[in-house]
Amino acid sequence: MTTRDKIQLGHGGGGRLSRELIEGHIAPRFADGPLRGFPDAARLAIGGASLVFTTDSFVVSPRRFPGGDIGDLAVYGTVNDIAVCGGVPKWLSLALICEEGLPIDELDGVLDSIARAASRCGVGIATGDTKVVAKGQCDGLYVNTAGLGEALPGFDLGAEKLAEGDAVVVSGDLGDHGMAVMAARAGMDVGGGLASDTGPVHGLVLAIRDLAPKVRFMRDPTRGGAASTLNEMLGGRRDVGVSLRERDLPFSGGARAVAEVLGVDLLHVASEGRVILVCAPEAASEVLARWRQTPEGRGAKAIGSVTRDRGRVVLETAIGGRRLVDVPQGELLPRIC
Amino acid sequence: MRYVDGYRDSDAARHIARRIGDAGARLARDGRSVRLMEVCGTHTMAIARHGIRDLLPENVALCSGPGCPVCVTDAGYVDAAIELARRGCVIASFGDMLRVPGSEGNLAAARAEGARVVVCYSPAEALALARAEGASEVVFLAIGFETTAAPLAALLATAAAERAARFSMLTAFKTVPPALAALAEDPEVAVDAFLCPAHVSAIIGAGAYAPIAGRYGIPCTIAGFEPLDILLGIQDLLEQLADGEARVVNQYARVVKEEGNRKAQRVLAEVLEPVDAAWRGIGVIPGSGLAIRERLAELDAAHRHGVAVARHDPEPGCLCGDVLKGKILPAGCPMFGGACTPDHPVGPCMVSGEGSCAASYRYAR
Amino acid sequence: MCVAVPMEIVEIGAGGVGVAELEGTRYDVDLGLLERVDLGDYVIVHAGYAIEKLDRAEADERLALFVEMARIERGETDGGGA
Repeated sequence: MTTRDKIQLGHGGGGRLSRELIEGHIAPRFADGPLRGFPDAARLAIGGASLVFTTDSFVVSPRRFPGGDIGDLAVYGTVNDIAVCGGVPKWLSLALICEEGLPIDELDGVLDSIARAASRCGVGIATGDTKVVAKGQCDGLYVNTAGLGEALPGFDLGAEKLAEGDAVVVSGDLGDHGMAVMAARAGMDVGGGLASDTGPVHGLVLAIRDLAPKVRFMRDPTRGGAASTLNEMLGGRRDVGVSLRERDLPFSGGARAVAEVLGVDLLHVASEGRVILVCAPEAASEVLARWRQTPEGRGAKAIGSVTRDRGRVVLETAIGGRRLVDVPQGELLPRIC
Repeated sequence: MRYVDGYRDSDAARHIARRIGDAGARLARDGRSVRLMEVCGTHTMAIARHGIRDLLPENVALCSGPGCPVCVTDAGYVDAAIELARRGCVIASFGDMLRVPGSEGNLAAARAEGARVVVCYSPAEALALARAEGASEVVFLAIGFETTAAPLAALLATAAAERAARFSMLTAFKTVPPALAALAEDPEVAVDAFLCPAHVSAIIGAGAYAPIAGRYGIPCTIAGFEPLDILLGIQDLLEQLADGEARVVNQYARVVKEEGNRKAQRVLAEVLEPVDAAWRGIGVIPGSGLAIRERLAELDAAHRHGVAVARHDPEPGCLCGDVLKGKILPAGCPMFGGACTPDHPVGPCMVSGEGSCAASYRYAR
Repeated sequence: MCVAVPMEIVEIGAGGVGVAELEGTRYDVDLGLLERVDLGDYVIVHAGYAIEKLDRAEADERLALFVEMARIERGETDGGGA
């Protein structure tokens, strides 16, 4: 067996290897129907009801980091997947896998975070499960969720909708979550300078619901960061691309500093409370105005546009050069969410 | 960020780019095309990341030399590290080394097979691991140029002073000035000027390049890593070339002194000594490596654990050597982007974060 | 990696170890490669060690040069030297 025959850490990184795993092993078996194109959530019709349905697992290490913990991620991550697929989140399932020896106090802390986050989002925990495995058979605590929401009318999102000239906007600073986790993992003392951006984004989607016909694409840039999100968004299209303006990319000072020190490209780093959205150019200023009036969208900016290109994401650098923005290669930041 | 943001101003960049254009035009009027070589992995990445090549005139080529310490490390080194892991050592390393191909796989694969490989953000963590870890030997993969050799020499001195047990380093340090001389003397390498590294120079001093400029008539300009620093460095080299000069110019005087960091040099000399070293793709360059002195042999993993670092020939068809010597650009290698990508690299130039091919693949395809 | 941005020394402890800070994040730094370092100095950190101090006069002069270039470029001055 070679390296290629075993799961590597990189397969979970949100980059090239992850894509290969999904396209090579999962898509051939399951990608008929709602799974085609692998949206973050599925829009389903069941007995006359239009629903949005998603699932996610959380294995973040460390479980607690500046700005939040695995419980926050579990709720907001699930709620956000529903939101960016044009849904109003209503119910979550909650499955816990605990390692023998996990302190119950710690479990309580996570459960408290989940309860607080769920309350903040107006969602309930409808069903759940708990398993315990022997010491050494998982790392402390893993959380799995599924989410169910009401589909908002008017959202018809997808790569096929992208057109030259469409605006690319983001709801706030990129990469704070991933850098906060990386800093915590490296034992760095971040003081107040850096914190995860984990939080709900459905308020941002609701704020623009009447603009839905002008929206082409929405996603929360988690694993693999904005680079992965935008490259995946382009899907198989070879007639359009994205051009980003480096001087308009919003990054917090704390995240930038840690990224410089660790030699990390912030475009590859996860956010857990942001939305990247593509809309018709005439709608962009309205989207930004509405977002900036919400607490979670205060830092919203227009960062680029859809161009005529062969499926590439390109960055105009601050000093006037250009470079390609590719998906990250492999295990940039393992267990980031 | 203080002392960083102001060095990325786009208006200033445009200004310097125009001066670069002027110097390029002067060279063009004399019918000259010139080749600048940067010899620092961090410069390679910064140039690619900021798209600096887009600002250069047609008759100015900027190529990458052997400034990526991981790239010039032999496959045999990775094999030795994997062998140490097989013998039960904990291998501590900077992240870059994990995907460098050995002759039968890399450290990441070895880890997937059960080898204990730990990524360190700072080498002091490796020493702490050796202090804490009950019965396991810890081996730190000590690769780098003088910038890295100095801190690692200091760490070795600390380890020696506290008689650290279970700790050693597998070294493959390289030094820059002998490599520049070898490149200058190589008839297959056509370099008109060197853009010299920032932080290697902080250790060795600007004066270290005087023999290169003097003996070979090649201008050497030291530049920082920020895009404006790099642009100013390029401007200076072009102006020197247009004026027929060959001087050492220190454009990073805010950090680099003429004599360098004397204390760091002393620490280096106490712990390490110059040896001949094999540079992957280039061959042996006399006196271009640094090895742990014999009196500290217990801290030298090769000696301590009785492993040899065998020399390996590169993969057939791998042109990393030509890329490293600046003979071809990454895209000039037939395997670039096809058989050799960051995901399945053939040679280290593609796998290292600072490698020319990786930078080119990531930023400029 | 030679990646190293200048950080400010905010604490100097015994045994040649200090703390450097950048944008609110604090880093343990070994000061053993520097002859002398004071609180408020900016240092270049590599592999957990401070390898050199930033000469702030030079840094500020260089910054001023860039500011001047930018202003020339934007047509805010008479142009000329620098």
